[in-house]
Amino acid sequence: MKSVKQLISSAWRALFGDTMRAFGIVSVILMLTLAIAPAKDHFSQWHGYQNGYLAMIRERGDAISLRRRFEPGIQQIWHPEIGVVDRCETCHEGLKEASLADVTTQPFRKHPVIPHPLDRYGCTICHRGQGAATTVEEAHYSKLAGVDPILPARYIESGCGQCHQNALTGTPQLNLGRQYLAQYGCVNCHMVKMPDGTVMKATDDPPSLEHIADKTTREWIFTWLKNPQAYAASATMPNYKLSDADASDLSAYLISSSKPLAGDVDTTIIPAAKNADPSAGASLYGESFCATCHAVQNAAGNLVGGDVGPELTRVGNKVKPAWLQAWIENPHSYDAHTLMPHYRFTPQQVATLTGFLMSKSDSDYSTDVHLGTATAAQIAHGRKLVAELGCAACHTINGVKKPDNFAPDLSQIGSKPLAQLIFLPGMKQTLPTYIASKIKDPSAFGPGMKMPLLPLTDAQRESVTTALLALSERSQTMPEKLRIPGVHQTTYEPAGRAGKLMADLACFSCHRINGHGSDLAPDLSLEGSAVQAQWLDSFLKNPNTLRPALTRRMPRFNLSDADRKTLTDYIMVAYQSPNIDPDKAPPAVNPPALVEQGRQLFYSKYACQSCHTANTNTDKGYIGPVLAQVGTRLQPAWIYAWLKNPQALRPGTIEPNQNISDEDARAMTAFLMTLKSPGKQEGKQ
Amino acid sequence: MTRRPVACAVLLLTTIGTGCKHPSTSSSGLKPTATGSAIVVSSGDKQAAPTGSVLANPLVVQVNDDQGNSVTGALVEFHGPAGVLFDPAAVLTDSSGQATTAVRLGTIGGLYEVSATTPGKSHPVTLQIAETALGYQQQLGSILQDKYCSRCHDPESSAAQVSNYDNLAVKPHAFTDGNTYNKMSNADMLSIIQHGGPALNRSALMPPYGNTLSPTDVQAVIAYIRVMADPPYRPAGTVYGQK
Repeated sequence: MKSVKQLISSAWRALFGDTMRAFGIVSVILMLTLAIAPAKDHFSQWHGYQNGYLAMIRERGDAISLRRRFEPGIQQIWHPEIGVVDRCETCHEGLKEASLADVTTQPFRKHPVIPHPLDRYGCTICHRGQGAATTVEEAHYSKLAGVDPILPARYIESGCGQCHQNALTGTPQLNLGRQYLAQYGCVNCHMVKMPDGTVMKATDDPPSLEHIADKTTREWIFTWLKNPQAYAASATMPNYKLSDADASDLSAYLISSSKPLAGDVDTTIIPAAKNADPSAGASLYGESFCATCHAVQNAAGNLVGGDVGPELTRVGNKVKPAWLQAWIENPHSYDAHTLMPHYRFTPQQVATLTGFLMSKSDSDYSTDVHLGTATAAQIAHGRKLVAELGCAACHTINGVKKPDNFAPDLSQIGSKPLAQLIFLPGMKQTLPTYIASKIKDPSAFGPGMKMPLLPLTDAQRESVTTALLALSERSQTMPEKLRIPGVHQTTYEPAGRAGKLMADLACFSCHRINGHGSDLAPDLSLEGSAVQAQWLDSFLKNPNTLRPALTRRMPRFNLSDADRKTLTDYIMVAYQSPNIDPDKAPPAVNPPALVEQGRQLFYSKYACQSCHTANTNTDKGYIGPVLAQVGTRLQPAWIYAWLKNPQALRPGTIEPNQNISDEDARAMTAFLMTLKSPGKQEGKQ
Repeated sequence: MTRRPVACAVLLLTTIGTGCKHPSTSSSGLKPTATGSAIVVSSGDKQAAPTGSVLANPLVVQVNDDQGNSVTGALVEFHGPAGVLFDPAAVLTDSSGQATTAVRLGTIGGLYEVSATTPGKSHPVTLQIAETALGYQQQLGSILQDKYCSRCHDPESSAAQVSNYDNLAVKPHAFTDGNTYNKMSNADMLSIIQHGGPALNRSALMPPYGNTLSPTDVQAVIAYIRVMADPPYRPAGTVYGQK
């Protein structure tokens, strides 16, 4: 004890014995303390990477300019208004160096070309991770609870979706994901409020089940519920993995709750339906362009046709002939809001099509299902199941109210804290993995999980996950000036008799007018400025082919003369472009010299024949519409305006704007106006 | 003299031994029942997909014997550069001699050389397969060329998109035609896309897109043409390290 005391006092004396010595020692201690910060800096991880970067660029041809642009120390991108504090460039030094394109080792790779400058929005806004961190571990991986790790590259388009609510050309995966959310009915149960304040609407149009017993049998409902994709490979109805008893009880309730359609008493089948000529049915199906909306599986197992209406491969197994006949006759009497047009078929045509479609059946499908009459207990249990499973969230069902907020709100799913998620054992504990696994197999997350199994492929699931990740907390708090709102359907409805006719013909199922409708067929918002009234009337009577390369065509409706006149008059008057003045239009008849000049320009200077056919004997262009009779189809003012700037009249059209001079456009308009249909030319002679 | 038969016997036994042992020692735990001597691509090569995504069609290779007949139950292992994932990475050929795998591309845009290897009778046989990963700019170019260019530049017709190639008096070059495009500078490509064929004294059948596509869009299309070029495009004047 004594010796220790002696030791300390001797050491004290040795170090601070006199003032000079004490001063020296204190100075040394002070210097060492001051050296801690630079030393920590020197031995830090990022310093090692910066040295590595310098060593790498030293070997390269443009070392001097790379070295000049190199900035030592911690680099930071700071944008407080969007919550970005990113120090990623401290290690990722070469992000902006175009000449490092061949470098593949991280962290020195060049950033791929993207539409935004890197400094403008920082890195974490798209890549996630911890921007303020300065070690590899902290910046990239989630080690602390609730901390965002780096997003896998395959979901990177979710970053774009935080500001861009519209469909960008460069983000196909995000666009598809959003489309699937609407198309597969996700948003029927889940609320998805987009950051621009709009609520995402479903586009899957699930049928009403109010009159289901008119349409099909309990046996078919049972087999369908057990596995919808076994009936139609393209069905979007999810598989609920129901037991036989549950499926049987559900079918019992749906049949018992169904009310016969008022006035639908005539169930006599037109006799011709039974012995209809099968080839006549197939050709009527083809001529009516049913395949534009409906698909049928061919012998090779591929679906041929559109996905607007239900797949018809086994429709004969499903529907009752009397119902089908009434449906083809006029679909609006069963479902007032259906996308299917009222074709105005003759009774003979209705019978032929009914016979043809009823023959589309599969003898192996649901043969051994016999359910008999339902008991009261079965019906009661079925009703309970309808409520529990949330069937009414999508379908209209008699006696069951549409549930509100049946499933969790997904409006901020892209930032859901990890602490609120229940991961499965062995699962990677990140949000993208959770979302993707939940969609892939909801039942794995517990027996009480009501979410059904959606028929999505791996790529489709990745798209949906991308779209959901875009619904982040950041997307809700983005400054208004950065937000690009989505394009939404308007509520435009044409009025009067023409409006009624257009609803009956379901024009909006294919055409868009004033922001309402689909994009299967040309937008008709400016049609009255484009076409000649006489041509429109004859086109509605017998739609001939304008674009031979397209498989989708305008079907022929058996319209009466009066109906055609109503439609033509309405379209010619109501759908005018404010920018085309018919009074200032180039004349329809022109001197031959100008016509000849236009022909020369058409064929040599602008080489229009590469895409268009003006002379059916010599031209072969197959992309744009055939122009052989364009002089009877279009108005000269439209042709002139179109040549000057096609995109101004139809945004997104692929005909390039060739910056044609006024003089050239006038000459070509003169030439094109001479291309009349044969009947017209004869008339002139 | 007496040693020679013994030596022969030892050699024979070792050969049989290793021959029999070899299949059961595959790293994947699969037990091949046969070996082939050649490996060929059936489908799924030369695809292009965004970086980090799974190729739209699976990669299918076929293992054949000396006579060119397919071999069932042969082991095929897939390898690729870092970041490329195969599901499964090793597989036995099916009854038609084919091995199928799904390929997930890496996160760097560009050409990927992946390989399929089968043990073979005497030595392993390897097949090189090229796939292309499209970065953001190249993918944008891919979408744009699909809309504006491929109808004429792609001679292949499909039901969804009928090719206009055969209707043209002067034939355009397919975008995979590296021998033609690799000789053109980026400035020339920009000029012909923006101002049309006559800008470079070529056919007027190529219209100008400078008023329709933005400069960013045109650059994206050029980036796509560059990445699709076969043989691959090497930018002139790049100085590489001396390592």
